[in-house]
Amino acid sequence: MNRTETEHVRDTSLLGFWLFIMSDCLLFASLFATYAVLGHSYAGGPSASEIFSLPFVLLETLILLTSTLTCGLAVVALYKRNREQILGWLFVTGALGALFLALELHEFVTLIAEGHGFQASAFLSAFFTLVGTHGLHVSIGLLWMLFMMAQVYRTGLTNVTERHLMCLALFWHFLDIVWIFIFSFVYLLPIIV
Amino acid sequence: MNIFGKLSLDAIPHDPVALAGVVFMFSAGIAALVALTYFKLWRWLWEEYLTSLDPKKIGIMYIVVAVLMLVRGMADAGMMRLQQAISVGDSFGYLSPEHFQQVFSAHGTIMIFFVAMPILFGLINLIMPLQIGARDVAFPFLNSVSFWLFAAGAGLINLSLVLGEFSTAGWLAYPPLSELQYSPGVGVDYWIWALQISGIGSLLSGVNFITTIFKMRAPGMTLMRMPIFVWTSLSSMVLVVFAFPILTATLSMLALDRTLGMHFFTTDLGGNVMMYVNLIWAWGHPEVYILVLPAFGIFSEIVPVFSQKRLFGYTSMVFATAGITFFSYLVWAHHFFTMGAGAKVNAFFGIMTMVIAIPTGVKIFNWLFTMFRGRIIFSSPMHWFLGFVVSFTIGGMSGVLLSIPGVDFELHNSLFLVAHFHNMIISGVLFGYFAGITYWFPKIFGFKLNENLGVYAFWCWIVGFFVAFMPLYILGMMGATRRLDHYDASMGWQGLFIVAGVGVCIIGLGVLFQVLQMYVSIRDRKKNIAGADPWNARTLEWSVPSPAPMYNFAHIPHVYGRDPLWARKQGIEHHEPPYTDIRMPKNSPLGLLLGLFGFLFGFGIIWHMYWLVPAAALGAIVCIVVRALDEHTEETISAAVVERIERANPSVTV
Ligand code: HEM
Ligand SMILES: [Cu+2]
Repeated sequence: MNRTETEHVRDTSLLGFWLFIMSDCLLFASLFATYAVLGHSYAGGPSASEIFSLPFVLLETLILLTSTLTCGLAVVALYKRNREQILGWLFVTGALGALFLALELHEFVTLIAEGHGFQASAFLSAFFTLVGTHGLHVSIGLLWMLFMMAQVYRTGLTNVTERHLMCLALFWHFLDIVWIFIFSFVYLLPIIV
Repeated sequence: MNIFGKLSLDAIPHDPVALAGVVFMFSAGIAALVALTYFKLWRWLWEEYLTSLDPKKIGIMYIVVAVLMLVRGMADAGMMRLQQAISVGDSFGYLSPEHFQQVFSAHGTIMIFFVAMPILFGLINLIMPLQIGARDVAFPFLNSVSFWLFAAGAGLINLSLVLGEFSTAGWLAYPPLSELQYSPGVGVDYWIWALQISGIGSLLSGVNFITTIFKMRAPGMTLMRMPIFVWTSLSSMVLVVFAFPILTATLSMLALDRTLGMHFFTTDLGGNVMMYVNLIWAWGHPEVYILVLPAFGIFSEIVPVFSQKRLFGYTSMVFATAGITFFSYLVWAHHFFTMGAGAKVNAFFGIMTMVIAIPTGVKIFNWLFTMFRGRIIFSSPMHWFLGFVVSFTIGGMSGVLLSIPGVDFELHNSLFLVAHFHNMIISGVLFGYFAGITYWFPKIFGFKLNENLGVYAFWCWIVGFFVAFMPLYILGMMGATRRLDHYDASMGWQGLFIVAGVGVCIIGLGVLFQVLQMYVSIRDRKKNIAGADPWNARTLEWSVPSPAPMYNFAHIPHVYGRDPLWARKQGIEHHEPPYTDIRMPKNSPLGLLLGLFGFLFGFGIIWHMYWLVPAAALGAIVCIVVRALDEHTEETISAAVVERIERANPSVTV
């Protein structure tokens, strides 16, 4: 393939992936809308401000934000075509992502243990589904990252790996933005109001 | 834990009508397998179709499955008509209420998701790349995955006939009826997972086709030179990408309620039923435009060709399409004016609904002006078009009537509504697709369909349609609600129901003519060889041989205006450089495997076989990884081969 053809393929993949992310955005929008409607249907159970611990969530948020930064650094390394740096930053990003996921899981388990599980009220169903869907996306992102690290290690920087790394970075930043929304609307807002 | 989950021998149906269906399905399936083996067609099927990444092959598979499902949907319709014609007073007909409910739920679901959607995707696959001068779609493998996910959904819905039961909650499964409390069986789960799996396929197709249209057009094919079918496909796919995620989310929430005991739409612990109704129609209304816009596009291709004149008002056609696309997001609440949102909300949605009739009217006038002073050829596609204009206009007017909230309070959920939407969907969507299939058939298979039989089929369809559905308008105004399996003799409805039943028989005759048309056309195919351009058409797909070679264009064409083939026939452009090597994607069985794992994933959840669910997910992940590791996904067709193919099949040269 010559150079313009390579670029064309890359642009095509990126556009396709953008479209996919847009549709994913709508998936989250539907879940947000549902949360907005059901977020006060406590069914006699606790309300949001009673069960969420803000410092804990703030920690989660900081970890995810940092992982976005390191993911950006991996892309910078990609532009410099420095394989070791790419692998290094991807590893840090993945580790932070895994930590985030572990904390989220901890939050879920604690809530369920305290009797505030997803079956307790419409509010909690909506909460677990919205946050859980984000968590599911992060898990998929982690699997993908693992695969990409293996690929970069195995084959080096081919056109294909480069393209996939760009898409992965896009995906990771997107998840970060969704999390900012979750943090503001689900965790922060009930405490401020 | 039982490895079979909820599945046991009791799942096989016992009542005679359902059993007959099972026996029929099995015999048809076994007959097909025997025929394939006897004629040694397995290898051909595998290499030419099942593993193919060629959009033309995938398109054919979509349409074949859709036609089979159409037969099933029609059979369901006939069953309902028979029941409603005889189940009066002391007679209770031949279907139990439970079974009747399954039949209308299956009919609606099948017609929308497994007939209309796949014909749409099939036609886009077959025609759109050719029309924009491309060799392929942007993501060929993803295209195959989409098809197989659709096939997995279709498989699940047919399986419900044999194992267990289908949903009794109507085609949109409103809660609380569709919740576990009121529908404890597996029917609603079949509905959810059949739609969920095929819906993800649709979403991926949407992404794929939009990218194709934006990135793969031939040089010179600017946006405002694209054929209207491409424009309407683009709009339709934009709607898919923006609407199907809402369906995915909604179905997931219903599934979470049913399988994990959550409370989104339950009647207790704070669930909100109206949230479901809002969400499902926020997808559902755009969905009807997803179906009808490409049909408008098809008519916009056919009318100029058979009037031998260029399309009137191309630019206004594009803007009307864009307008409909936009407004289709602002009307969803007209499906539940009776919810009690209040006069202001209802007024907004009522007015928006009336507004959307304007761009639609613009289109109708554009087609009529295209015909005006044209040299009209009354071919069978043109018959479908004229039938469409008449009955779609009637359906449109009944729709505007229903958009007045006050009127809707009277007619909501009545047979008036059923008549209205069949008016739109049979004459708009189905007639459009029939016209498209007839028009492009020679391009796909290289020979024309028999015209006379096509025209007979048309007349049966249109007459049958009016006889079957006009009585429903009257019945609706007499107070007959939809989904009735029985009514009292004193209502005085039976006569009209019998007339409607006769109408369905006439439609059935039309279908018979279509089958006969297919048979006769295949028998006489040698006499009806089409050549590249049988209709004296205007767009690029008719410039290549029929059927188009796997690479579509030996040379990527250069486009200098709208209707590029027409321009070329006027001698404006032609050149023939030497042939070059062409790279095309190789076949891959992984799409089929992904579909299979999708099927097992759904099956596992439906029957609570919880070991199967992660196993299927793992299988899918393995498929994706194998595909991602494959570095040799393309093969080269050498210039010599291209030359041989091109010499054997003449394309249009001037
Ligand atoms: C081919 C001729 C057709 C006939 C004779 C027919 C007949 C019927 C009948 C009798 C009903 C039930 C009405 C009631 O509730 O009492 C029905 C419902 C329905 N039909 Fe059709 N139909 C046809 C084609 C189609 C097509 C092509 C589509 C869509 C692409 C479609 C979509 C639906 C839907 C969505 C429902 C509502 C199901 C429900 O109530 O949940 N039909 N049809
Ligand atoms: Cu609507």
